[in-house]
Order: sequence, then C-alpha cells, then structure tokens
Amino acid sequence: MSFTGLRALLPKHDLRALLILAAIIIIVMPLFLDIFRLNLVGKYLTYAFVALGLVLCWGLGGILSLGQGVFFGLGGYCMAMFLKLEASSPEQTSIQSTPGIPDFMDWNQLTELPWFWEPFHSLSFTLLAVIAVPALFAFIIGVAMFKRRVGGVYFAIITQAIAAILTILIIGQQGYTGGVNGITDLRTLLGWDIRTTSAQYILYFINAILLFACLLAAQVIRKSKLGRLLVAMREREDRVRFSGYDVANFKIFVFCIAAVFSAIGGAMFTLQVGFMSPSFVGIVPSIEMVIYCAVGGRLSIFGAVYGTLLVNWAKTFFSESFPELWLFAMGALFIGVVMAFPNGLADLYQSYALPWLKKQRLRLPARLGGVKTPQKTTE
Amino acid sequence: MSALNAAKKPKDFVLSIEGLTVSFDGFKAVNDLSLYVEEQEIRVIIGPNGAGKTTVLDLICGRTKATSGAVTFKGQNLTKLKEHQIVQVGVGRKFQNPSIYEDLTVFENLEISFPRGRNVWGALFFRRDAEVINKVNEIASMIFLGDKLDKPAELLSHGQKQWLEIGMLLIQDPELLMLDEPVAGMSVSERKLTAELLHRITKDRSVLVVEHDMQFVEDIADRVTVLHQGKTLSEGSMERVKSDPKVIEVYLGH
Repeated sequence: MSFTGLRALLPKHDLRALLILAAIIIIVMPLFLDIFRLNLVGKYLTYAFVALGLVLCWGLGGILSLGQGVFFGLGGYCMAMFLKLEASSPEQTSIQSTPGIPDFMDWNQLTELPWFWEPFHSLSFTLLAVIAVPALFAFIIGVAMFKRRVGGVYFAIITQAIAAILTILIIGQQGYTGGVNGITDLRTLLGWDIRTTSAQYILYFINAILLFACLLAAQVIRKSKLGRLLVAMREREDRVRFSGYDVANFKIFVFCIAAVFSAIGGAMFTLQVGFMSPSFVGIVPSIEMVIYCAVGGRLSIFGAVYGTLLVNWAKTFFSESFPELWLFAMGALFIGVVMAFPNGLADLYQSYALPWLKKQRLRLPARLGGVKTPQKTTE
Repeated sequence: MSALNAAKKPKDFVLSIEGLTVSFDGFKAVNDLSLYVEEQEIRVIIGPNGAGKTTVLDLICGRTKATSGAVTFKGQNLTKLKEHQIVQVGVGRKFQNPSIYEDLTVFENLEISFPRGRNVWGALFFRRDAEVINKVNEIASMIFLGDKLDKPAELLSHGQKQWLEIGMLLIQDPELLMLDEPVAGMSVSERKLTAELLHRITKDRSVLVVEHDMQFVEDIADRVTVLHQGKTLSEGSMERVKSDPKVIEVYLGH
C-alpha cells in the first residue's frame, strides 16, 4: 500500500495509540511480570479478540450480540480437539479399555472415535476449522436473522438463547465433548510441550501478534466505506437500504468477522490455558465479554483491549481478595461506566486526558524559559 | 407547459401505476389507484391527511408491499423487487423527516450515496478517488453546503438537513426522484431556495412530490394529482385542480 494510503488507514492519533498499546503488551508486560502473571495477561488478551469483534459489530454496526462466547468456544474447542487427540495416542492411553481415544470418551463407554473428531488429527484442518466453523455458524445465524430483519433486542435475545443451547448441548453430550469438565489435560502441539515456561512465553507473543493483526484488520474495516456504512446503518437503516444497499449482507459480514476474531481468541485461550470448557461458551461469559467492550469504549478498537485488561485485572484482584464481592463490583462497574461514560474509557481519554495532555505540552516550553516555540498542536 | 403535457400523446411514461391497492387489515389505504408520470415531469401529489400520499411513495419504493396492482418503471415491475434493487434501477426516495447520518460528516453522507461499491466487497475496497471527490463537491455546492463538507451532519440546521438528503439522492442520479414533503419545517427563504433547487435538478429526471404547502406546489408542479381516501379525486394543472368543485369540497375549501 502506498504511503498516503497507510496514512489514511492509520492517522497520527491511531498510530500513536497502536504503538503505545504494542509497547505495553510486547515490551512492558513481559519485562515486568513473572510468567504466571504474564500467562494470565495472555489469557485476558484472548478475550480482547472478542471485545474487538464487538466493537465492529455492536459499536459501529449497532448489532448487539450476547452470544459471542459461542464463537470463542467453537474456536477453542476446535483447537482443544486437536490437542486432545495428540494427547490420546495409544501409548499414552494404554490403560484405557479402548486405547487411542480421548479419556473422557473411554469413561463414557465410547469404543471408537466419533466421525467428527477424525479430521482433527490434522493440524492444518484444525487451523482452518478454527476460522471456518465459527464463520459458517455465524453466517447461518446471520442469514436466518438479518435477511428476515430481526434486529435490536430480539437479535440479542436470540444470540443469548444460542449460547444457552450450545452450553446445554456440550454438557449433555459428555461422551463427545467432555461434558461440563470440558476438554482437559492438553499437553503438546506437534510434540512441542505447551506447558513449559518457554512455550508460554512464545504463545504469549504469538497471541499478541495475532491480536495486532486483528486490530489492523479492524482498522481497515473501520476506515473503509464499509465502516462508515456500518455507522450509517446503526443510525438510519432505512436510509442505507434506500440508498441501494442490501443491509442484511453487511450485517452478516460484520457478524462473521466478529465471530472469526472471537474464535481466534478462543483457540489461543486453549493453547495458553491448556483446556477448554463450556464455562466459556454460555450466557454469563458472553455478557462479561460485552462488558469488557463497554468499559473500554464500544467505539474504540484500542479501548476494547484496555477495557478487557482492566476488567479482568479487577476481576483477578477482587476475586483473590474478596471473592464474594466480585460479582457485585463487576455489576457496579458496568452500571457506572454505562451511566457516566456511555462510550467507555476511550471517551474519557478523548474528552479529558487528551485535552489535558495538550495543555501540558503547550505549557511545558514556557516553563522551560520559552526557548522552544510550541509545535503545531491542532492535531 | 402543463397544457402541452396534456396534449401530448400518452407515451414515454417513466412510471405507470395501475390498479394499485394496499389493504391494512381490510382498510384500503390506497384503493385501485392509477397514475402515470412522464419523462421529466414534476408531479405533485396533494390531499388531506390520511389520503394515502406517503403510502403511494412507500409502495413505489418497496417499503410497503402492494396487495394488488402493478408499478411499472421503465418496463420493470417494481412490486417484485427488493428495496435496494428498486434503488439500483433508478428510483430515489426522500423521507418526510430528514433522514441523514448525523454521526458522519456531510462529505461522508454524500459519499455513501455515490452509486459505486454497493456490495460488501465493493464497500470494503471502495477508494475515494477524484471522481468521487469531484462529484461530492459538485453536489454539495448545488445544495448550498459546499463549505460544510467536513462538518458532522448533526450540526446542520433543519433546512440544511433536508437539502443534504436531497443531495444524497442527487448523487445517486435516479431517473425518478420521490420527495416526501421536502419543504416541511423550512423558513420562507429556504423554501424559495428549495424551489429553485428542485427546478434545477429536475431538468433530466422525473419527480414525484408529496407536499402540503400550496404556494410551493404552485411554484414547482407541472401537474397535480389530488388523492382522497386512497383514490384519485382529480388530476391536471394546478389551475384546473384548484377550480374542481370536488377538490374544493374535500381539501382546499377549508
């Protein structure tokens, strides 16, 4: 892309925000946190993929999905199935009555691997499935809902129902899915032990790189005409329709993108945390993910990442110190943010922090004796 | 001019509506209506409240599905098409309340209506090239907003918002332009400007206007159709319609 194209894609303030975030995630965190805490941050950042998808889907497009955990889970389960199969080689499972199948299947009297598990022996298929399965699922939901012009609250309720259904399905089909415990005891990826400290470092950085790739993709969408169309649709859907656009297709597209982002996060979650369970699929986690996005600022792709980190940090802090208070604190935080700053922390930064910083920068040369003239500060 | 139109052979209809009926739970908002709009004609639909004026526009642009009857635009039956397809064959519609995107700038509002990149991939890879910029500038100066391109649309006055929406339609370059009360809520001077604007932009297209303001109707109309209870009560030049006793009774008289 040409330089001017790049400039249009990443204006000065966005570039600055991107670099600051990159510095925090790629340099500051690994330098100052021990591996246990860094691994936690890595886990939090997998939720940031979901929040990022919600910025596009909900913030820009006005489509509130309360079921993003579904896609997070689908991505996570696809990855977990591959890892589980690798951890279930006949040698490692020789004490089972049927060696070579995952342990939970054996416990549930299954004697052969179900057909849909078979392709997950292949890593390339798995990586493809991590993207394709959630995208396809989102596409089907999108076509069924948006072509019929189901929107707003109704859409939110339906996505929530889907999250509930999928959780029940996973828990109910214990022999095929690992049930309520999920898929646990994951060890290696193509022979590479993912539980070691060095592996956790490497996975943290892969996760960070993928997150920045998704951030850039989101920025491309936001800055394209499609991004402006999403805003237009949020405000005046009919006007967009009567300007010659098939509104449903745009909604399906952005919903699929959000699903794919979530799924990448889910897959990275499985790799870093070492298991996947229905507790990341259902209604509660899905709503929590919306809260991350709301706290960070649903219009800001960077805000979503900060919001995720902040809420999860608070969650860890509170649940370590006052476990019984955590849910109330989280509820209060959500209500507080939505009432006081409907556009989240990002808005707080833009309306208060940024003007203050500018003022300071103007004052600084004066205090130094007025040697330097202030640079152009109208940006 | 209107006399001339009346004398012309009924050819070159851009839009013909035949036997159009829509029934909402048995109530016929539009009842067996027939209407023909010629090329480059400005047709104004008037009528008392509830006469079905806005419904007629809704039926043409696909917002409401007809119970029976046909709407033919350049040989195509519009009742079979979806809203965005109707736009793409060349019908533009302005809503009663200014319907613009307040969070976007004037430029972006106009750009979205530029007829290119209307599918998902087209929109994603849409480039703001010289053609787009020139067209937006041209339309913006035509609608008196040339110096407000970078302003968020929410900061415009009510009249300016109406113009912006008219501009958004112009940039689509429809062959049939439908305007629902384009001067509602405008000041006297804004009305005059709008009338001039409409005269200018209708040179190469047909226009269907729903309007209450009689002075304005007289200013712009080639022909007037008076609707009453979903049916045509009278049709013709403004003078003819004004002197029609039926019209005086239901509408102009009070």
